This record gives sequence, C-alpha cells and structure tokens, in this order.
Amino acid sequence: MNINHHLDEATLFSYVAGSLSQGMALVVASHISICDSCRDRVFETEAIGGALLNEMVSDNSSDGSASVKVDETALEQVLACLDQEEPTISLDSSLSDGESDACSPGNTGEVPAPLSDYIGGSLDAVQWKRLSPGFYYFDVFKEQRGICRLLKVAPGKSILPHGHHGNELTLLLRGSYADEVGRFAQGDVADLDDQIEHQPLVDGNEDCICLVATDYPLRFTTLLGKVIQPITRF
Amino acid sequence: MVNVVPIRKNSMTATQSKAWSAMLAEMAVTKDKSLYIQLYQHFAPKVKAYIIRLGVMEATAEELTQEAMLNMWRKSHLFQPNKSAASTWLFTLARNQSIDWMRKQKYPEYSLDNMQDRIEEASDADIGEQTVQSERIAQAVSQLPENQAQVIYMSFYEGRSHSEIADRLMIPLGSVKSRIRLAAEKLKLTLRGEQ
Repeated sequence: MNINHHLDEATLFSYVAGSLSQGMALVVASHISICDSCRDRVFETEAIGGALLNEMVSDNSSDGSASVKVDETALEQVLACLDQEEPTISLDSSLSDGESDACSPGNTGEVPAPLSDYIGGSLDAVQWKRLSPGFYYFDVFKEQRGICRLLKVAPGKSILPHGHHGNELTLLLRGSYADEVGRFAQGDVADLDDQIEHQPLVDGNEDCICLVATDYPLRFTTLLGKVIQPITRF
Repeated sequence: MVNVVPIRKNSMTATQSKAWSAMLAEMAVTKDKSLYIQLYQHFAPKVKAYIIRLGVMEATAEELTQEAMLNMWRKSHLFQPNKSAASTWLFTLARNQSIDWMRKQKYPEYSLDNMQDRIEEASDADIGEQTVQSERIAQAVSQLPENQAQVIYMSFYEGRSHSEIADRLMIPLGSVKSRIRLAAEKLKLTLRGEQ
C-alpha cells in the first residue's frame, strides 16, 4: 500500500502515552497496523516510555515516587497465581495478542485489524445510516465529546466547509478525496487540528469510505453547516 | 516467603539495563520463577508509581500493578528483546492495564500484520542496543527545556490529552502540539545517537 500522509508526531506521542480519546486511538492503531513507517515511529516512542518508567522510584525522584512500595504480601499472591497458570507458549497464543484477523475469512483487506474488532471484516456489511443523499454514516461507538464514526460519501460530493475546535483524525479505507491539505487515498491519514479549515471533495469514481474521530465538535463555517450540526452530531 | 536476592539499584547502568532485558527473554523461554521474582522486585514498584501518577488510587494501583506483573509472566513469549528493552515492554503492559481499567474498555492496540517477517529481519540485532538507547533518552528528557518537559510529563505521566493540557496551561492547542513535537523529535534524535 502506497501511503503518503502519516500521523503527526504529537498525535503519535499521545497515542503511546495512552492519552488519546478512545476514538482517536482507534484511528491511530488502525493506521499503524498498515503503515510500516508509523509503526517504526511508535516503537521509537515506546522506548521513550520505557526510559521514563525506568526513572520511576529512584533517589533522583523529586515528586515522592521514591517512597512507592509494593505490598509485601503481593509477590506471594502473584507467585501463587503463577502456579495455577498453564503454559501459554504456542503459535496460536503468540498471535493472539493484538494479532490481526485481517487475514481471516470474510475480511476484504480494507478493514485494519483494530477496526475489525468493532465492525467486522467487511465495509460492505456495515449497517449504514443515511444522512442525506450521497452521505452515509455508522457510529463505531459513542464518545463523550467527539465522534468515532465511519463515513461513506458518493463520488463528486463534498463535506460542508468546516474547521475544528480540537483534533480530527481521518483514515481513508476506500476511495479518495481532495481538500486544502492535499489528496488522500486508501491508507492515508489526515491529522488536523484547530488551525485547519477544509472542505473535502470525493474526487474518484467510487464511494469514499473513511474512519473519522474527533475530540471536540467540529466548527462549521457556513450557515447550513451550523443548522444541520445538531442533527448530524458532528 | 521466597528468598530473594535484592537486585534493585538506584542508578541503573547500561549493563544492568541490558541484564533485565536478557533476564526477561530467558524467563520467557525457561519459565524460571527465580528470574520472575527478580524482575518483579525491580519493576513492580516502578509500574505502581507510574500507575499512581496517572491518577489511580493506591489500592487500585496495587491491583493493577499485580495484573500487569502477572501479564509479564503470561505474555513473556511476546517480548522481543531485539525490538525493545524490558522497561519499554513493561511500560506498554502497565499503560494498557491502567487505561483499560480507567475506561472500562480496551485501549486500541496496533496489530503486527507482518510480525513474523519483521522478527526474522531483526533477529541479528543486539539486545543491548535497545537498552543503551533507553538510558540516553532518560538523560535527554532531563535536559529538555522546561516548557517541553512539562507537556511530555503531563502527557506521559498524567495521561492528559492535548486539549486538557492546553486548558491547564492556558495556551493554544497548537502550542501544546508543537512543544510535544519538538520534544519528541529531540528525544528521537538522541535515540538514534544523532545528538
């Protein structure tokens, strides 16, 4: 897969830190599962996390973490649990932790493994809801402030112009679109913040399907956009 | 009570760090509980301190630490010493354990679709390389400008989103991201030995 648009360093860092919203983390995990270069960047960033963990509980700590102690009986309890554990070393188990079902029957190859945990392996099997002619959506799950949603937009259609109060992550799963930032095709991720206003236009011959996550509601810049925002819950 | 040789030192050298990774890799193969005990004694207090910093009450942090340390045993066959240091892998276990508990749902993890190929490609890598890098980073973090160190700590240790950090520091979202970006780039240059 030829991927031209990647994750912002700040987004990737927050994903590794565990501080992204659930929806944004899902977009990031999905992109990383198909993008070798972003995956390598994650490995590097996780090494930073390991180094920071190493700094915990040392005489150099200036925040009181030096005094953190683990319950003295805890080790015995854990060891008792280990005695009840069955050996887990097998090919199956080595693939079970985060390993994909992207190769499983029914997966068309368009749905990254982390997303398939939520929607299954086929974009064509999604229970789309109609928003307006040429626009369909499916809420992957409800978010407190933002959205985590699949969008399907017909060729030649464009999203109403909008900006953002927070971050917006979009992963292209099928088709393509173009906007003020560039052209996005399968595997690309658009990583935008409150500095960007755009109006994506589906420019190919097929439906454009993407996974979109935000951590704040959008900021529509036209009257129509503002009017329909409560209905569409963008 | 099992007799345990105290291992933990206050200041860890590259050799010691490498030893932890090698020990974890050996434990994955041999399932030797004496190795597990040494790893537990070294890492459990760090894991617990990290989880408490995320804002979890101590009693719960204790439970989550035990779960993370149990996972160190259960999932040790997934540890790849040529890919990451023991501390890096423990960090991901601790992070996932605490986030899953805080959100009552699983934090989305990336999958390694080509994992087997990548392991073979990297099989000649030196175990020590990852751990030496880990120490370079710790030093580089301590040398970051204060405003960059602040956002790194709020993100990593407090689990705060970009927007929360912006609100707390009363600075624009873009400033938070650019500070994280600058800090991350510096730390990664250090990681690659270019700074």
